[in-house]
Formats: sequence, structure tokens, C-alpha cells
Amino acid sequence: MFNLDGQVIPFQEGDTIMDAAMRAGVYIPHLCHDPEFTPHGSCKLCTVKVNGRNCSACTFPAAANQTVFNNSEELNEIRLTLTQMLFVEGNHFCPSCEKSGNCQLQGVGYELGMLDTHFPLFYPQRQMDASHPDILLDRDRCILCSLCVRASRDVDGKNVFAISGRGIHSELVVNAESGLLEDTDLSADDRAAHICPVGAIIVKRHGFEAPIGERLFDHQTVGEWSLDQFDTGEQAWQRD
Amino acid sequence: MATRLKVATTSLAGCFGCHMSFLDIDERILQLAEIADFDRSPLTDIKHCSESVDIGLIEGGLCNAENVHTLREFRKSCRILVAVGACAINGGLPAMRNHIKLEDCLNEAYLDGYNTLNPQIPNDVELPLLLNKVHPIHEVVKVDYFLPGCPPSADTFWKFLTDLASGNEPSLPYDLIHYD
Ligand code: SF4
Ligand code: SF4
Ligand code: FES
Repeated sequence: MFNLDGQVIPFQEGDTIMDAAMRAGVYIPHLCHDPEFTPHGSCKLCTVKVNGRNCSACTFPAAANQTVFNNSEELNEIRLTLTQMLFVEGNHFCPSCEKSGNCQLQGVGYELGMLDTHFPLFYPQRQMDASHPDILLDRDRCILCSLCVRASRDVDGKNVFAISGRGIHSELVVNAESGLLEDTDLSADDRAAHICPVGAIIVKRHGFEAPIGERLFDHQTVGEWSLDQFDTGEQAWQRD
Repeated sequence: MATRLKVATTSLAGCFGCHMSFLDIDERILQLAEIADFDRSPLTDIKHCSESVDIGLIEGGLCNAENVHTLREFRKSCRILVAVGACAINGGLPAMRNHIKLEDCLNEAYLDGYNTLNPQIPNDVELPLLLNKVHPIHEVVKVDYFLPGCPPSADTFWKFLTDLASGNEPSLPYDLIHYD
């Protein structure tokens, strides 16, 4: 057992703090984590304070007698800043994005009460890949969470995606000599085509299907949604 | 009764959608008129702010020199400046041109575009100079509050203004925060 915001949380051998918290029905904000995949620990949104030190809940092992803070003003401030940085680093034009309303980055922004992006915008120049007949890759919206990399490698067994470069030069690359999706064996039935938390990888001809007011995060928070999914074992891709 | 509030509004590089959405407060505008006067606004057709305005609502980002001038003038007159809508907050859809060289934009629109008659790039001295890139307003002046949305809903305007008018720190419930 450990203590999370004053609540006693049981854990199993091998659990991370995220695993144990989710099982106990406590939401820790996250973007690069999905319980089905090996944690990656890159977005840092899940930062919690463990015995006085900041750690990523999705990678940090749960241990007996830890004192963990999650839903504190200080941590939510840090998360808000991280979310604002994710917005300014990409090109997020939500009004014209097919994922809008169902996007976890938006969802986290809503949950944290983000009203503006605070920082000057980068407006980076990124390559769009519309070559594949069924799948669009819009790098403007990629937050480099690597979920598509893991899904393609670990579930589809295809290794279609990788993240290349470091720091601000990191980008999502496609494993084909041409660098184009049409030259890979990625298919719209693949897990990798449905795992993207944002609108960077989307299946074509499925945009704007739910009207405003009936989309995933119009009334329900991303926290409620992710706990609900965890409970039912139902994954995002089975819903869209 | 407390002194009446002065409210001004203007649009920079926007589509007036935020103003339209504001007007969707419908008959509540009568309640607003009981406590507030409209100063500079396309609704009153007053062209410049009076000396001190309480609340200034700005829709749209900065795409040309005139936008920057208007914004600075507005900031000077308004005690509380509010960035309204996606364009004012992050450049919005006009900022989608930021990935294309300005020259290429102009060529495509006025010279090489499909079905262009009498191709020429407009260069009348009356036309404000375009900025190289579209910018949100917080990159140029201090902004006090942000109302996200494309556009923010009438209820969002209403909640925000009634909070302010009653002296409370404005706060939006979950359902009124959206980026589209
Ligand atoms: S990916 Fe999400 S945050 Fe980015 S533009 Fe689309 S809806 Fe907005
Ligand atoms: S494309 Fe989507 S899933 Fe892949 S790294 Fe980018 S944000 Fe993550
Ligand atoms: S969810 Fe833990 S670092 Fe991204």
C-alpha cells in the first residue's frame, strides 16, 4: 500500500504508480501512456511527487509506504505549462482538425482549465503525408508520444513508425525508403492507425462524424473517460 | 447603482464570427444594456475608443500593420483587455498561411490562381502592409483574459461578462471551455 493524495492505494508486484492508481480509480493525467503498452515516459504530464521528488507516474515503480501527491495545485500548474508547450510546439488549428472534440491533448487542456497557450507560438514547418489511400499523417499535430511506434512494433508487428532526432528536432518518421506512408504495409485495420491520442494519424473519410455536443470530451473529462475505458477494458480504437 | 461599465469591441484578422456569437446572447443584451454602455464597436459604429473603457473585447489576430496599430490603441484605452476566440489567442485559421511564404500566398491569390482575371497584386497606398506571419495578440500587448473557442459560445461571453460585472474573478465551467 502507498498513500496517494491521502488515499490508501493497494498495488501488485511490478505495478507502476500509474497502474496502481488507475486500478484504484484515480486519474493521473497522461498523454504518452496507454495501459496496453510498455511505458515511454516522454510527455511528463503524469509527473507526481513521490516522497518529495518529482517522478513520472507511468514509469515509476509503486512501493510500500510511498507518499505520493498527484492532484495538487503545484503539479497541475506544471502540467498546464507542459500542455501549453505542446500546443505551441506544433500547429494545432483545432477548428479545422478532424480529431477536435475527441482529442486527448484538447481534453487535457480542458481539464486543466487552459484558456491560452501563454508562450509565443513556434509555427514550425512540418511535412504532411497524405500519400496513403486510407490513412493521413499530419505531423503538425504530432506530440511525439510514440504510441504509434509502440503499437506498430508490438501489436501489428510492422515497425512502420519511429521517432528520429533529438529535442526540438525530433520528428516522426516512416519506415520506407521514400519516407512515405504509401510505401509501407500500414493498413487502416492496424492498431497503429487508431492509437494516436491527437489528430496526427487519422483514418481518411471519417472526419467530423459526431456533431458538436456529442463528441468524446464535450461534456465528459478526459480523466473520466480514461478511467472508464480502463474499467471496461474498452480501447479508444474500438470506439471510433 | 454603481457606475456604468463601458464596453468596447473590435475585430482584427478575424471573421466577425465572435461578434456574431456575442450577439447570440439574444435578449440578454437588454440586461447588459442596463449596466453597460457600448463604446467603440462595429455594433455602434464608433471608430475610436473614448478615453477610458472598462472592458475591451478583441476578436482576431494580427495579419497587417493596421491590426497592430488598432491593437495598441485599444490596449491604451482599455482597463481590461480580453482576447476573444482562437484567432486572437493563437492566430487561428489565418495563421495557416504562416507555413507559406507571403510572396507565394500573394502570387497564388492574385496572379497564378485558378480563374484569375486581370492578374495583379493589389498595392494601393490605402492598403495596410501585410505582416510576414500572422500573430496572436498576446505577443504584442498584455492580455488580461482569454475566451477560447471558434467562436466562444454566447453563454461563454455571458458568463464572463456577468462574472466581471458582479466583481467576481471570471471562471468558465468545463462545458464552456473549448478550442473549436
Ligand atoms: S490534434 Fe487536438 S489539439 Fe491538435 S489541432 Fe487537432 S484537436 Fe486541436
Ligand atoms: S503520430 Fe500520434 S501516436 Fe504517433 S507519435 Fe505522433 S502523436 Fe503520438
Ligand atoms: S504519461 Fe507518463 S510521461 Fe507521458
